[in-house]
Amino acid sequence: MERDDLIVNDSYSLNAYHDAEHGKEIRKKIVRVTILLTLITAVEVALGVYIKQGTTLWPFVKVGFIILTLVKAAYIVAVFMHLGDERKSLRYVIIVPYAIFIIYLLVISILESNYVNEVWLQFKP
Amino acid sequence: MASDATKALDKSALWGGGMSPFSVSYGKMMMWFFLVSDALTFSGLLVAYGYARHAYTGPWPIGEEVFHALPGLTGSYPLLYVAFMTFILIVSSVTMVLAVEAGHRLDRRGVTIWMAATIVGGFIFLGSQAWEWSHFIHGSAGYIIGNDNKIYHLSEEIPHRGTAADVAGFELILNRGEANESRIGGQEAVRLYNAKVQHVQGANLTINEYGPPQYGNFFFFITGFHGFHVFTGVLINIIVFIGVLRGVYEKRGHYEMVEKTGLYWHFVDLVWVFVFTFFYLI
Repeated sequence: MERDDLIVNDSYSLNAYHDAEHGKEIRKKIVRVTILLTLITAVEVALGVYIKQGTTLWPFVKVGFIILTLVKAAYIVAVFMHLGDERKSLRYVIIVPYAIFIIYLLVISILESNYVNEVWLQFKP
Repeated sequence: MASDATKALDKSALWGGGMSPFSVSYGKMMMWFFLVSDALTFSGLLVAYGYARHAYTGPWPIGEEVFHALPGLTGSYPLLYVAFMTFILIVSSVTMVLAVEAGHRLDRRGVTIWMAATIVGGFIFLGSQAWEWSHFIHGSAGYIIGNDNKIYHLSEEIPHRGTAADVAGFELILNRGEANESRIGGQEAVRLYNAKVQHVQGANLTINEYGPPQYGNFFFFITGFHGFHVFTGVLINIIVFIGVLRGVYEKRGHYEMVEKTGLYWHFVDLVWVFVFTFFYLI
């Protein structure tokens, strides 16, 4: 069986060796991202504990949660999963179809659940 | 072992243009495709949760009121335990990425240490998940369905084998969390409690004390499906860890296997970030 993970003369990630000095730089970046992710989680918990649901601030907090979550997800995918270092074509092949489908799913389910909620409220005893 | 089944190919033998379009190996690309499909599954579950919650007309349980206990402690610590679980998963994701980095330097000792740390983190998370499930299933004070078919929430938990009359400050709460909330205390509360039709405590698949049945179902399904992913992730990590110990990847000349399991492990962390936000925070 011929294996394609041993192709010569190409820049595969498995050939992406780096020396000790470059490794130090990468580790520094990893530590920075770790601190950032931990801070974001701490901020989220603090907001969740101190701002109660139903207050006037809550809708903004909710949007803030979603933005912070997307920031966290972006850092995990780009740095920890190295997608930021991959070739552009691979990046788009992974992200674009997923994004299109999820945006569609979100829009359709928000519209539909709004409608179902209205109907149930109308016929509630 | 790998050497006799392997033939190094020149890249022009594979691609007409002499250039790989994605510049990743088959295994890694397939891992990414699998992760995309798995991400769609989890998104489907979370969107379904959002749909059920948004369409529901009554009050929906609030994360920080349901999850506020710490093991071995009484008192209220809203969301702290879940935050701890999130932190554990982020840290084990970091140790995994450090193992991948060590693999790029062909540093076998480094890969061994960081992978071992990742596996330990995975086990801590699984243990935390087990405790949380146990706590969710056993519940706290709960509510009763009175003989008038109304729902009364208990203000205090009745100890095992105890009676309502023994609990100091025992109260029943009618319409909890709504505008017309009212409290009943003293003898009347004890009488109502003793005449109850059912005492609902904790959670199962048909009824739970926190809110509508869908809430419990989604909790079990979403965190259970995620926990199953963590479990398989730990298993795969252990298999690759044994490979690292035996020097399989050193002989092969690269540690891409660590990178691929790493992708899966980071994905598990990524999913938890979303579960944490949409199930516990919002």
